[in-house]
Amino acid sequence: MARIVVVTSGKGGVGKTTTSAAIATGLALRGHRTAVIDFDVGLRNLDLIMGCERRVVYDFVNVINGDANLKQALIRDKRVDNLHILPASQTRDKDALTEDGVERVLGEMAEEFDYIVCDSPAGIERGALMAAYHADEAIVVTNPEVSSVRDSDRILGILASKTRQVEQGGDPIPGRLLLTRYSPERVERGEMLSIEDVGEILAIDLLGVIPESQAVLNASNAGQPVVMDMESDAGQAYDDAVARFLGESRPLRFVDAPKRGLFGRLFGG
Amino acid sequence: MGIFDYFRQPKKGSAGVAKERLQIIVARERAARSGPDYLPAMQQELLQVIRKYVEVDDDAVQMNVDREGDCEVLELNITLPDHEESRG
Ligand SMILES: Nc1ncnc2c1ncn2[C@@H]1O[C@H](COP(=O)(O)OP(=O)(O)OP(=O)(O)O)[C@@H](O)[C@H]1O
Ligand SMILES: [Mg+2]
Repeated sequence: MARIVVVTSGKGGVGKTTTSAAIATGLALRGHRTAVIDFDVGLRNLDLIMGCERRVVYDFVNVINGDANLKQALIRDKRVDNLHILPASQTRDKDALTEDGVERVLGEMAEEFDYIVCDSPAGIERGALMAAYHADEAIVVTNPEVSSVRDSDRILGILASKTRQVEQGGDPIPGRLLLTRYSPERVERGEMLSIEDVGEILAIDLLGVIPESQAVLNASNAGQPVVMDMESDAGQAYDDAVARFLGESRPLRFVDAPKRGLFGRLFGG
Repeated sequence: MGIFDYFRQPKKGSAGVAKERLQIIVARERAARSGPDYLPAMQQELLQVIRKYVEVDDDAVQMNVDREGDCEVLELNITLPDHEESRG
């Protein structure tokens, strides 16, 4: 039985798709049979970030409607063994994902994979609820910025009450915080919320901190999940997050501003 | 404020303000989520009642629902102004 992981945030554009691609790729690189599903109906983008946009034939909604079977729709990654992508539909019909349909497809996938990563759309509407409903655990992607933190707290409230596990009388699913686009220099200057600030407000376990990094843009330009760029800070930070996700303990990296000399400190602001 | 006070002042960047504002709004929204649906209306009415006697801020009435075993406990916190400003 696969473990289902939802990557969610409430606020849009904070790095959910970047994170879903990186975490799924990292899991597959470690030998786990992994699928990553794009739940963003109408705004398919995971395919671009994963670099398989030209190989999309069928999508999630096609499988739900029975126009294609899972085998036909799943795209096998060419670089990483054990990694599959299920693209979102480009339909404008927001109700295309039916509850029964999603449940059936996830059920079928659960037999074949160790991990299913669900890339949630932004917001707290149907699509986001659907992505979270079947999850066994959540990764809450947050930027160190007021509206993102507030939305993350709202999503945590939803996760605490609106998952299948809770509806069936179980405990709320565990959720961990992934703080992304972190800039240690700006935190040091008092211009950005720190890890401690966000941790104190949201009060959930920290999965990792991903620095603001040019490598993320490079990766999306190339269609290669940033975790495959192990030379880069963001790639290494995502790799650490995957390791922690699997239970390893790793110290945080890329969270301190480079030390400056006395003059730097006096005049650097 | 003298020049030395200026230098001694902790340089509290905008992040400090962000944190304070977040702590307040998140606490309020959590309370609203966890409580019964009538809480926001009740909070507004309480505010109106209090304002018959004393001028208070919009956030003067804070409510919190706690669970203690089978019991739900409604904690009510009313912040009065620093100085007596009752209209009495
Ligand atoms: N660590 C980072 N450093 C720099 N840029 C980043 C980082 N993480 C994400 N970005 C950029 O932020 C933008 C949004 O990222 P992404 O598409 O992953 O967000 P999203 O949460 O999936 O958005 P949406 O809510 O629209 O689905 C992209 O341009 C991406 O390159
Ligand atoms: Mg996205």
